[in-house]
Amino acid sequence: MKERLEALRDEALRELAEAADPARLNDLRVKYLGKKGALTEILRGMGSLSAEERPVVGQIANEVRGAIEQTIEEKQRLFQEQETERRLKAETIDVTLPGRKLPTGAIHPLTRVAREIEDVFLGMGYTIAEGPEVETDFFNFEALNLPKDHPARDMQDSFYITDEILLRTQTSPVQIRAMQAMNGQTPLKIICPGKVYRRDDDDATHSFQFNQVEGLVVDKNIRMSDLKGTLLTFARAMFGPQARIRLRPSFFPFTEPSVEVDVTCVQCGGDGCRMCKHTGWLEILGAGMVHPRVLEYGGYDPNEVSGFAFGLGIERVALLKYGVDDIRSFYLNDMRFLRQFARM
Amino acid sequence: MRVSYQWLKEYIDLSGVSPEELAELMTRGGIEIDTVEQRNQGVSNVVVGHVLEKEKHPDADKLSVCKVDAGTGETLQIVCGAPNVAAGQKVPVALIGAKLPGGIAIKRAKLRGVESQGMICSAKELGINDKLLPKDMQEGILVLPADSGIGTPITEYLALDDAVLELDLTPNRSDCLSMLGVAYEAAALTGRQVKLPDTRVESGALKAADKIAVTISAPEHCFRYAARYVQGVKIGPSPQWMQNRLIAAGVRPINNIVDITNYVMLEYGQPLHAFDADKLGGRIEVRLARPGETMVTLDDQERKLDPDMLLITDGERPVALAGVMGGANTEVSDETVNVVLESAEFDAATVRRTSRRLGLRSEASLRFEKGVDPARVVPAVDRAAALMALYAGGTVLDGIVQAVVREAEPAVVSVTLAKINGHLGTSLTAVEVQEIFARLGFESAVSEGGVFTVKVPTRRGDISRDVDLIEEVARLHGYDNIPSTAIEGSTTAGRLTGPQAIRRALRAKLADAGLQETFTYSLTHPSRTRMFTLLAEGAVPIRVAMPMSEDRSELRTSLVPSLIDAAIYNRNRKNTDLKLFEIGSVFLTDEQTLTRLPQERHRIAGLLTGSRTDVQWNVKAEPVDFYDAKGVVETIFDLLGVSGRIRYEAAALDNLHPGRSAKVLLDTGSGEMLIGYVGQLHPSVQLQEELDDTYVFELALEPLYEHADTAIIQQPLPRYPSVERDLAVLVDRSVEAGSLLAAIREAGGDLLESVSVFDVYVDDRLGADKKSVAFSLVYRHPERTLTDDEAAGRHAAVLDRLASAFGAELRK
Repeated sequence: MKERLEALRDEALRELAEAADPARLNDLRVKYLGKKGALTEILRGMGSLSAEERPVVGQIANEVRGAIEQTIEEKQRLFQEQETERRLKAETIDVTLPGRKLPTGAIHPLTRVAREIEDVFLGMGYTIAEGPEVETDFFNFEALNLPKDHPARDMQDSFYITDEILLRTQTSPVQIRAMQAMNGQTPLKIICPGKVYRRDDDDATHSFQFNQVEGLVVDKNIRMSDLKGTLLTFARAMFGPQARIRLRPSFFPFTEPSVEVDVTCVQCGGDGCRMCKHTGWLEILGAGMVHPRVLEYGGYDPNEVSGFAFGLGIERVALLKYGVDDIRSFYLNDMRFLRQFARM
Repeated sequence: MRVSYQWLKEYIDLSGVSPEELAELMTRGGIEIDTVEQRNQGVSNVVVGHVLEKEKHPDADKLSVCKVDAGTGETLQIVCGAPNVAAGQKVPVALIGAKLPGGIAIKRAKLRGVESQGMICSAKELGINDKLLPKDMQEGILVLPADSGIGTPITEYLALDDAVLELDLTPNRSDCLSMLGVAYEAAALTGRQVKLPDTRVESGALKAADKIAVTISAPEHCFRYAARYVQGVKIGPSPQWMQNRLIAAGVRPINNIVDITNYVMLEYGQPLHAFDADKLGGRIEVRLARPGETMVTLDDQERKLDPDMLLITDGERPVALAGVMGGANTEVSDETVNVVLESAEFDAATVRRTSRRLGLRSEASLRFEKGVDPARVVPAVDRAAALMALYAGGTVLDGIVQAVVREAEPAVVSVTLAKINGHLGTSLTAVEVQEIFARLGFESAVSEGGVFTVKVPTRRGDISRDVDLIEEVARLHGYDNIPSTAIEGSTTAGRLTGPQAIRRALRAKLADAGLQETFTYSLTHPSRTRMFTLLAEGAVPIRVAMPMSEDRSELRTSLVPSLIDAAIYNRNRKNTDLKLFEIGSVFLTDEQTLTRLPQERHRIAGLLTGSRTDVQWNVKAEPVDFYDAKGVVETIFDLLGVSGRIRYEAAALDNLHPGRSAKVLLDTGSGEMLIGYVGQLHPSVQLQEELDDTYVFELALEPLYEHADTAIIQQPLPRYPSVERDLAVLVDRSVEAGSLLAAIREAGGDLLESVSVFDVYVDDRLGADKKSVAFSLVYRHPERTLTDDEAAGRHAAVLDRLASAFGAELRK
């Protein structure tokens, strides 16, 4: 019986070695190890063995079974590996082909810059005030200390609809409306972004429609130094922590003192380059302490409160920030231009 | 204002302060200097020469050979091509070794075989703006006056070694429209003193009052009028130094009388006018124009006058438009012998109005419009009279003939030290502040309580309140010396309003979903304000009074035409796949002429055309359709939490495809409200604009601001399983899916959790005019497991309902 078992083992191992595919392997498992298989067949004869022989033959039988099973297992693993290998090969794709992207649109660069500016001031505790784009002469000019007959008020420069109604030339009228809505209460901290209109011929640096953001703070004891500190904070948030500002005296009817505010050149950082005409500075903002007459129009007593105001052009910032050389690009809406603003 | 540095030195010691340094000081002090222009553009070794002889060049018709004495000790032979060269002239001669603007060097040369030892120059060759020269001096070589000193360097003769500061003045600083004003500013910045010009007049025995009388009949418009009478003048050129200064300032020399009035105007900022006294007669009356009155101004134009224009008259006929321009009838000419000089203070607004209405702007009107210093009316007329005595050989008659409506008083303004420091955030002392006032030439006194009382000279008409003084302190103290501080006081929370947050969310959502935001103009063509008017029922387009072009003449009433224009622009550049949106205002009114502000309404609009996706190798390119546009609209409603309250209603709308457009209605809780539309452009519009199939939508944002439900309250997840059933029915093609869905929801009742369309199939094999619509339904009971029987029962009820309401048949 021992010999039969060993012969069976040799035969099985030989056949297994020759097995070429998983199906044949399975057949051989049934043939040798199945319920009606060869090994079972031999072991059926165990009953005729003596008590001494039985454990010996049993051990041999187990060894034979173990050897066959192990071989089948190894062979199976081999087939699996081969199969995996084959599949991987068959499934190989060209990973350099482009993927299926999520759709991408973008918000407009002017919206983007406005939002960035808004966020800086929201973070500083300001709210956003809005007002009509078609305004009365009173809010657009008179309440801003530009009485009728003031040289800065010219039919030629503004889009009037009637003698009393025009497209606002600045976002400043929103300041008056916001002040009046406060009924003399303080503090008032707002920024007013929006479209404005001036009767300018369009060219690379002028557009008859453009966007401004103005800021206004009214409270007790507001100082020019607070304006300087606020604008410095803003410049650093907007143009980087190295940014510095410089105030130059200027004139606006609605502020006094009035200043123009230069920020260190975004391109050269102040060393001087073509963008800043080798001065190291870029003129970005107009600002000043709110004129007492404007405070009065807003319903405040200039002896009790003071305020500062500032304003800047969104297009101007966008031109500088994105290196755009023609303001009209913002209004043509060429997709090849707009798509460049899809990045974070 | 162009300020000659050398001229300015007449009034202030500028030693140690270069033109560039002065420019920087002034700019930092608030008077912006645009440019510092060197008058000498590179001229050297050019001198005044005397043409002794002129002969024709032997071999060239157009050339002359001149013998010239240039003070070099020898007679120079110079070949000259200018036709106006003649013996006896004094001319600028570039010697051998001379340099001219543009790096031109003069060398010994032979012209057509004749040696030339230099060059006779034109004004242009010397770098002089020849537009500022008299006409007869612009052509050919520059002929100098006969008394010019031979050998004098031309740079000295023409005062070219000078720099001109170009001032860019803000409207409040019209005081710097004069050399004296600039001198005061420079004095404040440098701490030096101003030297005033000599205004002493040596008068003759005759009294001016015997020759001329002045009355002001319009005291609201003219506050002071001063006249002087200069007898026996001889018209001729003004002295070279004066011409040089005028040219530096950008004013063309004419003759001694005119030049002196211009010179004194530049010096004092006080415009003057000279009348030919014999043409004027013995009277001056300042009055308003009469209806229908006309006059011919110096430029020979006949002007129609309005009754609010101020005139100088001889008692009857107009002789000048006050402060704007003189009249032709009293113009100073070469024959003039007696002159009446006018120096006056006219109302700024009156001059401005007149000058604007007539389109006539002069150096005089420019100054009057901004207000002149009333205290200079008399010194200026004295100064001019004195100069005429000196340079026009006239005798100034005794006395100034004046009419005075009001005297000029310096303003007295008070400010406290506490307010100065409180306003600026500085810690200046009273002494420092007083020193600043002193530098400005403002007399000031300070009380023990720190109250400054400041007497502001009339030349600074811009200073009338305490903040004006604070500004003066700030700019002279220097803005760099003001600290940067943080606002003190209560803190505030910065946050967006509801509508602001909604607009931000919409922009972010649509951009992330692949739409591109646009930014278009609010002004558009009239044809564009009369399209897509569904949301602007009855609105009258608003036209601006003076449009710059018809394309930008009316305020838009819808955003969609702007998007169509953007699409056309892109189509012309072969950008054909577009998904655009914009958020902006439209302007609505029912008034033909606005008497109140129009309604500004926020809208969101979109436009889709071309391919749904970008070109991709593994995605089939399909054109966008109605449902892409509607999907954007639905996404907006999902974002705002109002989808359950929206209904779409097929409608034939203005400029849209009648079979492919819908009104969008919002259930406000108290009825339905029209809030927008979505649809395909009408094929005729597409054809006209050469656009492919294009889909648009526009929604009113205000109702969405009001009804948006953005409060998120979490709903518990279902605890019991659902039963899913599909249902495909055959119905007439005209039956709308929306009606079927509504019927299913109603019949499904509380057990129907959701229903959606998953297929629509149209084929004649289904029967003519029939279509198949397939729905996927989900039934669920919230509190227990739904049995199959219950689900089947409800499903059968749904089918029954579809059958009875729409004649639907179940497809098997």
